[in-house]
Amino acid sequence: MKAIVCVKQVPDTSGKVAVNENGTLDRASMATIINPDDLNAVEAALVLKEQTGCEVDVVTMGPPPAEGMLRELLARGCDKGYLISAREFGGSDTYATSQIIAAGLNKIGLEADDIVFCGRQAIDGDTAQVGPQIAEKLHLPQVTYAADIQKNGNTLTVKRMLEDGYMMIEVQTPCLITCISELNQPRYMSVNEIFGCYDKPVEVLDYNALKDDPLIDATTIGLSGSPTNILTSFTPPQKGVGMMLEGADAATAEKLAGMLAAKHII
Amino acid sequence: MDFQLSKEQAMAQKMFQEFAQNEVKPLAQEVDEQERFPEETVKKMAKLGMMGIYFPKELGGAGGDVLTYAMAVEELSKVCGTTGVIVSAHTSLCCAPIFENGTPEQKQKYLPDLLSGKKIGAFGLTEPGAGTDAQGQQTTAVDAGDHWVLNGSKIFITNAGYADVFIIIAITGTTTDKKGRTKKEISAFIVERDFPGFSVGKHELKMGIRGSSTCELIMQDCIVPKENLLGAKGKGFVIAMKTLDGGRIGIASQALGIAQGAIDETVAYVKERKQFGRSIAQFQNTQFELAEMQARTDAARLLVYRAAVHKQAVQDGKTKEPYSVDAAMAKLIAARTASDVTRRCLQLFGGYGYTRDYPIERMMRDAKITEIYEGTSEVQMMVISGAMLK
Repeated sequence: MKAIVCVKQVPDTSGKVAVNENGTLDRASMATIINPDDLNAVEAALVLKEQTGCEVDVVTMGPPPAEGMLRELLARGCDKGYLISAREFGGSDTYATSQIIAAGLNKIGLEADDIVFCGRQAIDGDTAQVGPQIAEKLHLPQVTYAADIQKNGNTLTVKRMLEDGYMMIEVQTPCLITCISELNQPRYMSVNEIFGCYDKPVEVLDYNALKDDPLIDATTIGLSGSPTNILTSFTPPQKGVGMMLEGADAATAEKLAGMLAAKHII
Repeated sequence: MDFQLSKEQAMAQKMFQEFAQNEVKPLAQEVDEQERFPEETVKKMAKLGMMGIYFPKELGGAGGDVLTYAMAVEELSKVCGTTGVIVSAHTSLCCAPIFENGTPEQKQKYLPDLLSGKKIGAFGLTEPGAGTDAQGQQTTAVDAGDHWVLNGSKIFITNAGYADVFIIIAITGTTTDKKGRTKKEISAFIVERDFPGFSVGKHELKMGIRGSSTCELIMQDCIVPKENLLGAKGKGFVIAMKTLDGGRIGIASQALGIAQGAIDETVAYVKERKQFGRSIAQFQNTQFELAEMQARTDAARLLVYRAAVHKQAVQDGKTKEPYSVDAAMAKLIAARTASDVTRRCLQLFGGYGYTRDYPIERMMRDAKITEIYEGTSEVQMMVISGAMLK
């Protein structure tokens, strides 16, 4: 049994955001972090490892420096890393990315009792599409927005959070679960695991490693295989500082009405 | 000369920073005001391998190195001097002497629990009449056939209220030196908290590091098994001094952290604080103060890191050159820098800095002890000049 976690290195949005001339993010000039929801997915897998002794693999698609992120996940207790990285894969949108990651998961080999974990969505694109698309391409049952996961044999009972309530869903392995921050509190790296994380295996899956998978086709991967076209990207202007009026009396209401009238809003 | 951290060291530093900011900083004021030992933090640090950083994995350690340990104490002390010294005293003053002087049996018996943080360690050298004059020991250990009997008391023992294992220094007899003078024969022992006749006495109320548990130890016909003599009989003073050489790297790291923590708080404050219609960061006095304090703190950091790397080289068998002088220099400069920097930072905070609404007054109080314990600044100068003039 394996838990496989799909993770993404994203720009640290608490820092400066840079955009290339063609509208895509200038990732090279921005500080990076592990996508926060993906850390919840990793934690879910590590909890499963503590309960069952299963292996935890982490998979990412990205440029070679993304290996550093995989090492940090190995330093949290994951066992093996896979870096899907090739020029041919660059510029992929969510459709192409899920195609490539699905091929990567085929290469790693999914068995009957394996579980794939993803974060709900990445903070750069905020699409929440890649996890569900991977499941569709691999014909795996999927449960999104998991806030609780209980495992009993090959059956998982998942609490699926929605805006106005939740659903309890049973699903059989192999399956794919996308995780939200309410699921758990991600652990820190530990010193014991840090000193040893460079001895753990990280395998690079390049174009040659995946090209024979039926999912990999020049028309479905990379920038040319991506149906999405970015017309423009921009940093929204900062909003001005708001003003608070204290009090729930008539005088405050009149003051507010006067201010809105002066700005011709009412 | 290479000033780059290894990938593992950089990763550990990042983890210590995250841990200190998220887990330690929110408790720092409470720990100080309530003089409360942060047991919950110690449990978390134990789980993350922070209570045995530079010891081998085979013995339950984290398999890291001395510089990583120094950075851990530094990062913790940036936000809480109390938490920094808990790790420092445990690691340098209890785990290290057992690791460096223990028999295989002693290491197997004590280190796995200590290094994994299941148990906490402490070190008893100081006595009411034996501070800087560490030779002035009064505690005695008498050989009673199949065990030792210890009598005496120790004071100002860090971690004492929560420690399970203590390294105790005691007189085991007299010897004659080369010039025919009679001298005390001093030995070291591993003493467990629940040995008969051992008790923890008065808890000291302190100016700073108020969450750290500083107590008296009392040994009244304390029974210590024969096999708990640490190192050879008569080698206790040497063991104590070597232990303190290592301890000084920990305290220098604590001082370094306090200094940097104070600067970090001050940089944030001076950008916000407005006087005469502009932020006080725009005044040249503020700029020059910050610049000099940061330069001095970086200088201290280089001394501390050099001492840590030197100790690692000794531990790895790459050199036999003692690191005593490097450790003394690191502690002397880092401690003085911490006291100086926290005082000047408080001045930049003005009246607000004097209140407990900001952490800067706590940092100033915490800094002072680094000039005193594990060898005063004057002792560090004795060590340094002693090596220069021999």
